[in-house]
Amino acid sequence: MQRFSALSLLRHAVRGHIGWQAQWRSPEPKPAYDALIIGGGGHGLATAYYLASQHGLRNIAVLERGWIGGGNTGRNTTIIRSNYLFAESAALYDHAVRLWETLSQELNYNVMFSPRGVMMLAHTNHDVQVFKRHVHANRAAGVDNEWLTPQQAQDFCSPLNVAHNLRYPVLGAALQRRGGVARHDAVAWGYARAADALGVDIIQNCEVIGIDRDSTGVVTGVQTTRGPIRAPKIGVVAAGHTSVVMAMAGLRLPLESYPLQALVSEPIKPVLPCVVMSNTIHAYISQSDKGELVIGAGTDAYTSYTQRGALHIATHTLDAICELFPTFRRLRMLRNWGGIVDVTPDRSPILGRTPVPGLYVNCGWGTGGFKATPGSGHVFAWTIARDEPHPINAPFALDRFRTGATIDEAAAAAVAH
Amino acid sequence: MLLIACPWCGVRPELEFSYGGEAHIARPVDPAAVDDTAWTAFLHDRTNPKGTHRERWRHTHGCGRFFNAVRDTATDTITATYKPGEASP
Repeated sequence: MQRFSALSLLRHAVRGHIGWQAQWRSPEPKPAYDALIIGGGGHGLATAYYLASQHGLRNIAVLERGWIGGGNTGRNTTIIRSNYLFAESAALYDHAVRLWETLSQELNYNVMFSPRGVMMLAHTNHDVQVFKRHVHANRAAGVDNEWLTPQQAQDFCSPLNVAHNLRYPVLGAALQRRGGVARHDAVAWGYARAADALGVDIIQNCEVIGIDRDSTGVVTGVQTTRGPIRAPKIGVVAAGHTSVVMAMAGLRLPLESYPLQALVSEPIKPVLPCVVMSNTIHAYISQSDKGELVIGAGTDAYTSYTQRGALHIATHTLDAICELFPTFRRLRMLRNWGGIVDVTPDRSPILGRTPVPGLYVNCGWGTGGFKATPGSGHVFAWTIARDEPHPINAPFALDRFRTGATIDEAAAAAVAH
Repeated sequence: MLLIACPWCGVRPELEFSYGGEAHIARPVDPAAVDDTAWTAFLHDRTNPKGTHRERWRHTHGCGRFFNAVRDTATDTITATYKPGEASP
């Protein structure tokens, strides 16, 4: 791997930038590996990287149906935060935030992590009570979160409209200063490059079309559009398509896949200093380093795999944005798109073993998986390598829907789902 | 926005409807007689297919009645709607 540094940039600059190498190989699939990861998004690539770097499993491959980072990793609104209500969730997401803080150095790749603060607006008395409960729960769990008055919220984010005559006036806000954004493509590319350097084969345009099991039910490998590949361990990290992949092993999961929309405006000069989220009126907004306002909208009402969403979902969010930020009213939107998110009954992810020996699953991140990418990959790699969950992901087992030990962020999540 | 044909009211915009999830999942007649695994399967496990999906809708802002639809989740094309109790086409 060519390491990136100011010196290497200078050296290549004076040589006309002709010496840069491809950042990862494009190998042909081998007949067999020690482990396979199905899904080359951020979570899958992170899993492969940590399997290689922390657990010494280097004869492994990531199988991606399209191109890496072309699914939800390249479609989300890049918000990173860990101010979830329950201790299990706060531990999982804060584990990720701590890894984000040093990720660029670890991968030698600038993922542009920018902890600019995530501010969540309260518009009703119920919001105020719930968010204050969140603040207290988070602080008790060692996760930073603080309560702001409307004036303090506007001081932190000057374009915010805190007038009393709004349909849903801002009554206060919860601010997590360690939260922020990162460059989503760079996360996929950085993990891919670092995993490749450790010997991981990243195989794109390779769709899994079957999962092979022996007479005792243990997984033995997969059938792909590029031929059969054998492996004793398979980790499925297929996001919205998890149900489709798991059906190949005869499993039905507690998942439903919905299109979640996002859109970006034309690029403008820096105007929005932080991430602003409003769950009640469903608006999520930040500004990218290119200057585009990145806006998250809601999911459609029905399950779908179409990677687009209905226009009324996006316009509903824009109505809210225009009321909160009157200065944005004359901006034009450049692009909108959808990503397919897999949602669990309790809105918490599923991370762990499955009833099929050798088959592991990392799914159910719903509308907010990007923030967890490093932590998710880290604990999932542990789970695959040791065939037992890391203490952080132990509560997120598939079995919790049978035992009833759910982690019900559906009702308690800081986001409206 | 989808255009959905309510079996009683005809074609109406999606905003008049609410979605009811996968259809034809029968609640066990005697819940106390089934084990936790079967109950979990009824309560939570879903087919979630990429392709033909039989699903429930309710014409909430219309006649208020439930009905079933057959929709391709890869294209969102609705090929049929039918009343509760009728066989799936």
